[in-house]
Amino acid sequence: MAGPRHISVSEASRPVLPRHAKLKYDETRKVWVILAPERVLAPDEIAVEVLQLCNGERSVGDVSDQLAAKYTAPREAILTDVIAMLQDLADKGFLTEAREKTS
Amino acid sequence: MTDVLGNPPPPSDSLAVLEKQRSTAETFGIPLAVLLEITHRCPLQCPYCSNPVELDRSTKELTTDEWKKVLGELAEIGVLQVHFSGGEPTARKDLVELVRHASDVGLYTNLITSAVLLTRAKLGELADAGLCHVQISFQGIEEGLTDRVAGYKGGHRKKLEVAKWTRELDLPLTVNAVMHRQNLHQLPEIIQMAVDLDADRLEVANVQYYGWALKNRAALMPTVAQLDECTRLVEEARERLKGTLAIDYVVPDYYALRPKKCMGGWGRQFFNISPAGKVLPCHAAESITGLEFESVRSNHSIAWIWQNSEAFNRYRGTGWMKEPCKSCEFREIDFGGCRCQAYALTGDAANTDPACALSPLHETIFKQAEAEAEGETNRFLYRNFAGGTLESENGA
Repeated sequence: MAGPRHISVSEASRPVLPRHAKLKYDETRKVWVILAPERVLAPDEIAVEVLQLCNGERSVGDVSDQLAAKYTAPREAILTDVIAMLQDLADKGFLTEAREKTS
Repeated sequence: MTDVLGNPPPPSDSLAVLEKQRSTAETFGIPLAVLLEITHRCPLQCPYCSNPVELDRSTKELTTDEWKKVLGELAEIGVLQVHFSGGEPTARKDLVELVRHASDVGLYTNLITSAVLLTRAKLGELADAGLCHVQISFQGIEEGLTDRVAGYKGGHRKKLEVAKWTRELDLPLTVNAVMHRQNLHQLPEIIQMAVDLDADRLEVANVQYYGWALKNRAALMPTVAQLDECTRLVEEARERLKGTLAIDYVVPDYYALRPKKCMGGWGRQFFNISPAGKVLPCHAAESITGLEFESVRSNHSIAWIWQNSEAFNRYRGTGWMKEPCKSCEFREIDFGGCRCQAYALTGDAANTDPACALSPLHETIFKQAEAEAEGETNRFLYRNFAGGTLESENGA
């Protein structure tokens, strides 16, 4: 099964795009897209960067740490934005979580 | 994150171009998704089939190599997704090969199927070939009605089975429910069925009345009360099932005041390829007599056909419009509605779609639909290659 429904994204989540949501660079239009069932989403630059880091192993907290270091920006603000973006994707059904959770 | 689509649109034009849209053909972007009707053969005989009344025979169908060439060309010009549809796409023995080729050239693949010809093994092969998404049509929630609508015994049970296999293979599932007067009472259970099948999406698609459906309008047209209840149920379910089941909703436009922006506007965001290889602005376009459609078998590239062919440019933009469309403030919002419907109901595809309240024919057609909805005609004219077969009196 493609992961549980109603994913609630938190700092500890280890999200990943499911098999049916493909992040791809569209060579014709020169933009990144997420291909999903009968949908094409246009993620912004930050969303692309976040999704490239979300491999099912890194937690949302890890991803935020990396971005905070890279952009020398406040971690809390980044964490809030990352969670909001991922939650939006999860609500659309295009995000899953790694199955084995480290607790 | 921008959803390129905005609000859930009708299934047939659910993908828009990424580029800002302009009104001249030369600058038109290639659609993100293309519908491939790889065959018109189908074991089902649904009376509202969206295929043209004059179906392409199997001898006219593109060959495996021709379809592969099409897939390569589509990927090259910037198409991102293809929908393998029909007829029944699994009636083609080379479907796995075509899906694999589509995946190899980088296309996202959707299968739009009645499911009745699929086996567990075949679905597994399709998944291995890279299939990304399965959409299964349902005619209702129980065998009696659904097998009667489809004119196919045992279909409903098979669909449930295939839906289960789809999820077991970790493929996302869309349940497509085509709604009309004779099954709208089952909508609450259809919504629950989609949840129980662990579907990601449900399309509640009221019949659109062209081709076969127009011939069956008296047996299918819902009443205004039924439609109001349908809308209420969809809105309630969307709220209740947020994050669990996405619901796309299409209303029959006879009861609307504004026409639909059919296909996102003629030749603006959509084309499909017929079994014989014709490149069409919509799957019903061949019903407009007098239009010549170019084929992928011609010397022209698909991109050339999309941008330059007579048929695509005929109703593109607003230059072709007559009154009341021509001076209408909504002309670039709905592009005068549906050309096929305008042709079918008025005899001229350049007339305003009578679904529009500004069409001089709107009132007459609305009243006619209302009268048919209240009528006693429930017998179907089943879809087939012979031009249709009327259901027997006792419903068989």
